[in-house]
Amino acid sequence: MFATNFRMLRASNKFGSLARYESTLVIAEHNNESLLPITSNALSVAKKIGGDVTVLVAGTKCDAVAQAVSKANGVSKVLVADNDAFKGFLPEALTPLIIATQNEHKFTHILAGATAFGKALLPRVAAKLDVSPVSDIIGVKAPDTFVRTIYAGNAIQTLKCKDKVKVVSVRGTAFEATPLEGGNAKCEPAPAGDYKPKLIEFIKQELSKSDRPELTSAKVVVSGGRGMKSGDNFKLLYTLADKLNAAVGASRAAVDAGFVPNDLQVGQTGKIVAPDLYIAVGISGAIQHLAGMKDSKTIVAINKDPEAPIFHVADYGIVADLFKVVPELTEKL
Amino acid sequence: MARALVGVKRVIDYAVKIRVKSDKMGVVTDGVKHSMNPFDEIAIEEAIRMKEKKLVQEIIAVSCGPKQSQDTLRTALAMGADKGIHIEISESEYETLQPLHVSKILAKLAVDEKADLVIVGKQAIDDDCNQTAQMIGGILDWPTGTFCSKIENNNGELTVTREVDGGLEVVKIKTPAVLSADLRLNEPRYATLPNIMKAKKKPIKKVTPKDLGVDTTARIDILSVEEPPVRQAGAILPDVDSLIGKLKESGHV
Repeated sequence: MFATNFRMLRASNKFGSLARYESTLVIAEHNNESLLPITSNALSVAKKIGGDVTVLVAGTKCDAVAQAVSKANGVSKVLVADNDAFKGFLPEALTPLIIATQNEHKFTHILAGATAFGKALLPRVAAKLDVSPVSDIIGVKAPDTFVRTIYAGNAIQTLKCKDKVKVVSVRGTAFEATPLEGGNAKCEPAPAGDYKPKLIEFIKQELSKSDRPELTSAKVVVSGGRGMKSGDNFKLLYTLADKLNAAVGASRAAVDAGFVPNDLQVGQTGKIVAPDLYIAVGISGAIQHLAGMKDSKTIVAINKDPEAPIFHVADYGIVADLFKVVPELTEKL
Repeated sequence: MARALVGVKRVIDYAVKIRVKSDKMGVVTDGVKHSMNPFDEIAIEEAIRMKEKKLVQEIIAVSCGPKQSQDTLRTALAMGADKGIHIEISESEYETLQPLHVSKILAKLAVDEKADLVIVGKQAIDDDCNQTAQMIGGILDWPTGTFCSKIENNNGELTVTREVDGGLEVVKIKTPAVLSADLRLNEPRYATLPNIMKAKKKPIKKVTPKDLGVDTTARIDILSVEEPPVRQAGAILPDVDSLIGKLKESGHV
């Protein structure tokens, strides 16, 4: 009798695995006060994969974030790890927590946004699990088949992941955000442990302060390049951006020349944006820059060089001196 | 005095406009200009600067790939690395070689060569993965300073400035450690002709993944590689008024 039941149970389990029951852990990115928008994009990927969606919120006094994400549509559980060890969200502290969580729940997928946080963290987790992670996906074809760009966005690769656990970072601009409403997930404590890293210590963060929208999620982005000639001249773009409620970005040339800080760089090695409107001012349009913005819905280029490659991707171009065009545009808007 | 292991990858030169193969299984690499991955130049430069400050005693450059990877190693040697290790991977195996495999190879070498620092670029500009440093750190359980824009040494403890999304972050790291170089870390030097000549005499050891006990079985199947969608050619507008008109028409302003 027991044996029969046991066999049936095993049979149904086997059936379960044939039905490819997926369960996904999404690592929330937040600043202890609010959830960062990229997590909502990652949640949409989790829902696309199907099955249960669990969110892990680790931080210091991160209860409000856990409460907020528990209301997200489609989330079935929120695991909360509140511990001083997670100060600065170091991968060295978070990885053992994620591994402990994985050992307990046996997720088929572990996801996070492809931000500096997600990129630093997920490969370390994947190494611990001995699986090959998939970076910065732009599409999901099946629970084991993902689409991503290679060669600075100049080729699109579809790959099938043969590992048991899929560790995947998500390009935020490629997926809609899941609204933080309509759900009612339970918050539970994540597995406890000594997560304090011994060999690395978080000292400080120096974040650029700005009232403008965040670059990667802004609806409109105004970017400047070498043609701006100086950091002072970027004021022209800030004024235009304020009128459009836009974020300000920059090309590598503008960052290298010291016009603006590094975190404004749009491109293969900077941020990837896909706003409704991208206005490129004094940017020639090198391959590496295009990688970061060519999925924008509408691209406007203002450049005095008619041969600039940016005009090959621009929907609207003006061949003229930016120092005349930008003030005029600002005034007339 | 520390020993530094630096990973260098041979990639299609950053200025080349790549072409997708007609069978849609990869990009055309034959007859295409290759160079050292730009981030790896920065990694090797940083190791050399550490050596010049007498913080590092020996620099070992490592490259995984087919035989042409030796050219990349020679470049690293010409810049100032002391010796090279070429991990021979056949062309066919190289297609599905992943950062996980490379990380296992570098982790094993770091232990074998008694390295205190492993320095790599933050990402290779071909696969754009941005994984190797993080995975080496995971395998070795070493702390990892990713996306470094400044590395300062205070008696074996490193103060590392990292480029993060909103700005900069500072962490303090005890060695042995893994570091990944961001663009802003330094300005790599050019190899001079005499140094290129000297580099020809520096040793390059050939090793296979098997020698190191690393299994390079493919973890992925590449199903296709395609051209990205082409954007429709746009219009050059005569003045600001017509631009505003167009933007209003499409509801952007």
